[in-house]
Amino acid sequence: MIALLVVLALLGAWQLYAELGGVDRLILPAPSEIATALVEDRGLLWNNFLVTASEVALGIGAALLLGFACAVALHFWLPLRRATYPLLIGSQAIPIVIVAPLLVVWLGFGMAPKVAIIALICFFPVAVTTLDALGRTDRDTLKLLRTLDATRWSAFRFAEAPAALPAALSGAKIAVAVAVIGAVFAEYAGSSEGLGHLILQSVPQLETARAWAAVVVLAAFAVLLFYALDVAQRRLLPWTRTEGRP
Amino acid sequence: MPFQTETPAARRPHPPGARGVRVESATRRFGDVTAVEALSLSVAPGEVVAVVGPSGCGKSTLLELVCGLSEPDDGVVEAGPAALMPQRDLLLPWASALDNAALPLRVRGVSKADARAAAAPVFAELGLAGFEGARPSELSGGMRQRVAFLRTLLAGKPVLCLDEPFAALDALSRADMQRWLADALGREPRTVLLVTHDVEEAVVLADRVAVLSPRPGRVVAELPVPLPRPRSVTDRAFVALRERALEALGS
Ligand SMILES: Nc1ncnc2c1ncn2[C@@H]1O[C@H](COP(=O)(O)OP(=O)(O)OP(=O)(O)O)[C@@H](O)[C@H]1O
Ligand SMILES: [Mg+2]
Repeated sequence: MIALLVVLALLGAWQLYAELGGVDRLILPAPSEIATALVEDRGLLWNNFLVTASEVALGIGAALLLGFACAVALHFWLPLRRATYPLLIGSQAIPIVIVAPLLVVWLGFGMAPKVAIIALICFFPVAVTTLDALGRTDRDTLKLLRTLDATRWSAFRFAEAPAALPAALSGAKIAVAVAVIGAVFAEYAGSSEGLGHLILQSVPQLETARAWAAVVVLAAFAVLLFYALDVAQRRLLPWTRTEGRP
Repeated sequence: MPFQTETPAARRPHPPGARGVRVESATRRFGDVTAVEALSLSVAPGEVVAVVGPSGCGKSTLLELVCGLSEPDDGVVEAGPAALMPQRDLLLPWASALDNAALPLRVRGVSKADARAAAAPVFAELGLAGFEGARPSELSGGMRQRVAFLRTLLAGKPVLCLDEPFAALDALSRADMQRWLADALGREPRTVLLVTHDVEEAVVLADRVAVLSPRPGRVVAELPVPLPRPRSVTDRAFVALRERALEALGS
């Protein structure tokens, strides 16, 4: 409720500034113009949204799959962890801006390089939060399981995995937020469709309002994904629910 | 990764057919702190021994040694397969009360439905009926202890190590649980090492009471309790024994 008021207030201030501040509307369109662009260009926006959305969905899907699998493998096998942990951290230091065009050269202009870039960006938060959480399972609980003759696998199944689930999903939430940025980067690096591509095209065509409309759609998409995961988190992890939080 | 890096002491070979406990001049140190020193205590198969002692004297440490969760720095610890009811109940917050109780069966590979069915009758007997689906956070402290207690029983080990099992219960339900435990042990004898801060509870339940010194813990007195069961706390012989135990604890 308060969030809505804040958004409305910001929009009102923006509208006033755009109308009275003497800014060229080609540089900063007013919210009303962006809204008009949203309606008029809805077909164009929708088609490009579908492209970007599928890139993001596939990229996140791949990152979650690989991230969880990698975390579990490294958790179970200490030598592997020692050997590849620096690599895992290194994967986060890769300058995506530079790698993206190289991937496009390598994988072509289609879907593949975008999915690869998004997966690359999202992989790290998922893998690292999951791995950390798996290793931080309560020691006494693990001791208790040992007195119950639990195998390595049952300890994972009955204690470590459920204990790590909240952190894993938080990692996924961070991943979702950066995935959309990743998609735009990937499309900037070379593409013929998608919202990022649309923004890149609209600016030189002086369709600034359309570019802003695309940004609005992207932001709404990121928020939607985030809240979808939030709902999933509540559903899957009712024991972590805290009272009185939004 | 604590599960991997620790010694798999819980799987140390048990002396063949062992159902009792033998601790001989065992010492356990944590850095500069000596928790127990030259502690000797034996529990015969089927015997119930209560351990009382001041806070921090190494009672929980003793139980960990007996359960094979840690090794003595000195001395010998031998015990049959032992189940631990830890001082913190350590219920899994994501699992229902019934599933927590049935955990030992699940860990052994029993299916969810079978494990629940096996745990349910005793679950109800312990006064927990109606709370099968409740999560630990929705249970009172005493209920959580009863769930943890049932989990320990269902581990099916000949030796039970109970660390202040009824501390969170009010006097009435504690008396209930004590009676229930005494009955259960009468039906199906187990070797029990019972840590408690309640001398009366020790005398009600145990065949023998071992009194520990302040840290580093060692046995300073062993009092046999040759009273018939069920025991009445107002009985003259009972009161005399309780006084003797309190005296040993205070000296
Ligand atoms: N894992 C550990 N690491 C370091 N010190 C420990 C550890 N476990 C126990 N100790 C120390 O050993 C001593 C004995 O602890 P222990 O838990 O066995 O006492 P206790 O008799 O069970 O006390 P209480 O009645 O309060 O439960 C304490 O001084 C404690 O600080
Ligand atoms: Mg203790």
